[in-house]
Amino acid sequence: MKRSASIVGVLTAAVLLAAPAPAAAKTEIHFWHAMGGQLGEATNELVRQFNQSQAEYEVKALNKGTYPEVLTAAIAAYRQKNPPHIVQVFDVGTQTMLLSGAVYPIFQLTREQEIAIDWNDFIKPVTGYYSKDGNLYSMPFNSSSPILYVNRDAFQKAGLPDRPPATWREVGEASKKILAAGAAKCGFTTSWPSWTMLENTFPWHDQPFATNANGYTGLDTTLLINGEFGVKHIGQLAAWQKEGVFSYGGRMGQPDPKFINGDCAMLVQSSAVIGGFKKSLKFEWGTGQLPHWGPPYRKQNTVVGGATLWVMKGQKASDYPGVARFMKFLAEPHQQMWWHVTTGYLPITHSAIKNLETGHHFKKNPEQWTALSQLTAKPTPNSLGHRLGNFVQIREAIEGELENIFAGTKTAKQGLDDAVAKGNEILKEFAASNRP
Amino acid sequence: MKRAVFKNRRLPYLLVLPQLAVTLAFFFWPAFESLRLSFFRTSPFGDKRLFIGLDNFRKLVVDPDYYRSILNSFVFASGVTALALGTGLFVAALATQKVRGLAMYRAAVLWPYGIAPPVAGIIFLFIFHPSYGVLPYWLSFVTAYEFNWLLKGWVAMALVVVATAWTHVGYNIAFFLAGLLAIPASVLEAASVDGAGPVRRFRSIVFPLLSPITFYLLVVNMIFAFFGAFGVIHAVTQGGPGRATEIMVFKAYKDGFIGLNLGSSAAQSVVLMVVVIVLTALQFRFVEKRVTY
Amino acid sequence: MAADGAVAASARVEALGGAATTRRRWSLGWGAFVVHALLLLSVAVIAFPLYYAFVISTQTLQEVITRPPILRPSTNLLPNYVEAWTRSHMTRLLWNSGVVAVVSAVGKVTISMLSAFAIVYFNFRGKSLAFWLIFVTLMLPVEVRIMATYEVIGNLGWLDSYAGLTVPLMASATATFLFRQFYRTVPNELVEAAQLDGVGPLRFLWAFLLPLSWANIAALFVVLFIYGWNQYLWPLMITNTEAMRVVVIGLEDLIPRTGTHIPEWNVLMAAAMMALLPPVAVIVVMQRWFVKGLIETEK
Repeated sequence: MKRSASIVGVLTAAVLLAAPAPAAAKTEIHFWHAMGGQLGEATNELVRQFNQSQAEYEVKALNKGTYPEVLTAAIAAYRQKNPPHIVQVFDVGTQTMLLSGAVYPIFQLTREQEIAIDWNDFIKPVTGYYSKDGNLYSMPFNSSSPILYVNRDAFQKAGLPDRPPATWREVGEASKKILAAGAAKCGFTTSWPSWTMLENTFPWHDQPFATNANGYTGLDTTLLINGEFGVKHIGQLAAWQKEGVFSYGGRMGQPDPKFINGDCAMLVQSSAVIGGFKKSLKFEWGTGQLPHWGPPYRKQNTVVGGATLWVMKGQKASDYPGVARFMKFLAEPHQQMWWHVTTGYLPITHSAIKNLETGHHFKKNPEQWTALSQLTAKPTPNSLGHRLGNFVQIREAIEGELENIFAGTKTAKQGLDDAVAKGNEILKEFAASNRP
Repeated sequence: MKRAVFKNRRLPYLLVLPQLAVTLAFFFWPAFESLRLSFFRTSPFGDKRLFIGLDNFRKLVVDPDYYRSILNSFVFASGVTALALGTGLFVAALATQKVRGLAMYRAAVLWPYGIAPPVAGIIFLFIFHPSYGVLPYWLSFVTAYEFNWLLKGWVAMALVVVATAWTHVGYNIAFFLAGLLAIPASVLEAASVDGAGPVRRFRSIVFPLLSPITFYLLVVNMIFAFFGAFGVIHAVTQGGPGRATEIMVFKAYKDGFIGLNLGSSAAQSVVLMVVVIVLTALQFRFVEKRVTY
Repeated sequence: MAADGAVAASARVEALGGAATTRRRWSLGWGAFVVHALLLLSVAVIAFPLYYAFVISTQTLQEVITRPPILRPSTNLLPNYVEAWTRSHMTRLLWNSGVVAVVSAVGKVTISMLSAFAIVYFNFRGKSLAFWLIFVTLMLPVEVRIMATYEVIGNLGWLDSYAGLTVPLMASATATFLFRQFYRTVPNELVEAAQLDGVGPLRFLWAFLLPLSWANIAALFVVLFIYGWNQYLWPLMITNTEAMRVVVIGLEDLIPRTGTHIPEWNVLMAAAMMALLPPVAVIVVMQRWFVKGLIETEK
């Protein structure tokens, strides 16, 4: 009697302890991105928060390298019929993704999964860039805008008033005074030369960067950067390079140290570096909008840089609800605000911006407002965005020619003409590969 | 001198089988795929394919950037080989002299070989950095010339040549050391008894005896620099500024990986493969005849 | 001609019962002081980049970007290294890199030895073809044929696996080339003597060639270990989970390459220092053996 009771007791205990009723295994959702360093930490934290907020899905985020490496990895995986669920693709990859036939448009995903995201909550320049026929195809994730960073200590030393120059003319004059006073070795430099000086400067002045409304309305697009406006702007930069007013510093973020070191008194760079600058700059600094030439050019808006999240086709149907829920999570004001505050990328929903305003966030962080203020105007066809195929190669060609121009081996007109010739060639190739 | 051989029939096939299998699967099959791909124009995701015959190749022939990359490859390969071989031989010669503490010296010059090219690239990027690098800082005391590798192509080329040679010099030193130490002292003594000075001894005895190793290193260094030295350029200059450091291998990678023009990239790979085959053939047929064993 | 002279000379010395010298040096004719000075200079020049990387790994980010550059180590060593270790999950990375390096090195040495042995010591039909097929691979980097190789791996089902990481690295002929060169220097007399004694080919390989080849094997192991350890692009492409990543990827992962955030160079260099210790240790430890071994084999 006792024996069997204890046996039953042991067996019961064993059963109870050994196998807790197995929770349904979480569905995995694979998310490939290009966020390294501190950005990677932030991304992992966001993902962790989502995973903890519900029990059915687990998002697994993986840094697959740089933006081009992530895209190529996704392509290779797709061809092997094994793509990730979500891929982060940079702005210049938009046209490639749109024409690929491999994506599950985000507006369709949320509609079919019956998850409601208010797309009108996102700011216009963002939805404009990534929409087709009024529908959003990818989920905006990290967006930024180019602004002017100013070394206020250098301005003070040169006897300049303590406010950022608003026009390019003012930039030139300020630089010359700074050089004369020995307050810095160069007036200004710019990171991401093509993105800031051409891709954004044109929309900022309501000038067309390319035909077909920058590629939105057709595939037979050609570049227009070698027109009068382009030659004027780049020509001025080239002349300034010779005088030391402008000092070319390389591509991407390579010129940043020139500003951080105090070598250059001003820097045009993405608003995303605000966070890093707060930690590393040792002088008084401020921001201003991207400089403008003034009349006769209108002040329009800049286009967003950064990347968005694309959903890939070819997954199990039961996975997509999880993907949609993750997207909704990301769109919520709390996440938008957290991401903005942590990484320095822009808050891109009206509700998030409103919440931040209520918390006096922009009073404490005026630099962020500088960036957002460039995105409030209603876009014209010239400033909706860029939709060019093989944009990476085009940017490459443009920046190569810019280097020739700044090194003095070609005039602005010559260099821009060559850039346009190469760019048009690339666009033709793209159109041919994607003929429907 | 006829070579002695073994007479088994089936054994040799079994012996070469593993390597042939791996080579066929991971070299020839992808190479064949690349060849096939080079005749097509495909959209990145592979959903649209168009047969265009030799069009990708034709575009290469008329592309000035392609010729630029060929020239860059030669400059880069020659620079790296000359620097790495020359320095290697010099240091190895020093390290076999009658001085004390040689084991320590040897360890101290061999180890850079273990450093990953991207890491070496990043370190040299730092050293050469126009804004916070040590080298331009020191050079600024000597000359006002701005060694800005972000703008001046030749400075960028110098940077990648030095960084790549640095990672490879240890390899050469190791082999030269072995070769130099293997020369019997008796031979050298006999020669000096015959009245030969140090330079003549080097020229007529040491150098010829080193020739198998020198040949091997020359082949390996040139091939490595021409076809394989990718890591440093990828990590530091990405072929810039303005394509000044874009060697053929990097261009093929960039057009495919970043430009997503898989057809052109495949065509460039095919050209590279053909060149490798031809070079290998030439080396085995002609150069090896002159090597004394 | 010179070789004949050398052989003749050494034969002369042997005949005289010449001493077996263990340390053979040939003199440049320069004084010891000059040699020391040049050696120290060489070491300094070669070692400087690594020293600089170490210095950066001990600084704070502020110190890293100041001007003039600070060349003395600073005090931030521990925080940087701890940060680098935890952020990149170093343990797993180091393990994976180790597996890739060792397996690909051992595998490649093995198959190369067998092939070189077959090519040098046998005459068989299709020998030339095999020779060319193998040697044509002397170097075409994986980066250039990467998409196609990815497909092959995918078709084999080897994505995200150790097999996929290691086997493609074995597909080049550099090791076979070296073994071939070496086997051709082995005197014919040795082979003929062995055959007279009735030694079969496999036993010959195992009992005669293998001991003679230790130096070559050691040298190759070092080279291949380092090659396998330092891979970046290939592992990046075919690994889809954190658990299979290698150390160079972990390193690059610490760099925000979006051009919008400043890299934390000090943490990065700390990670780099940890990543390069194993391959450097391999060189330092093995260099005595293979150089020593290479002398022995020339008897």
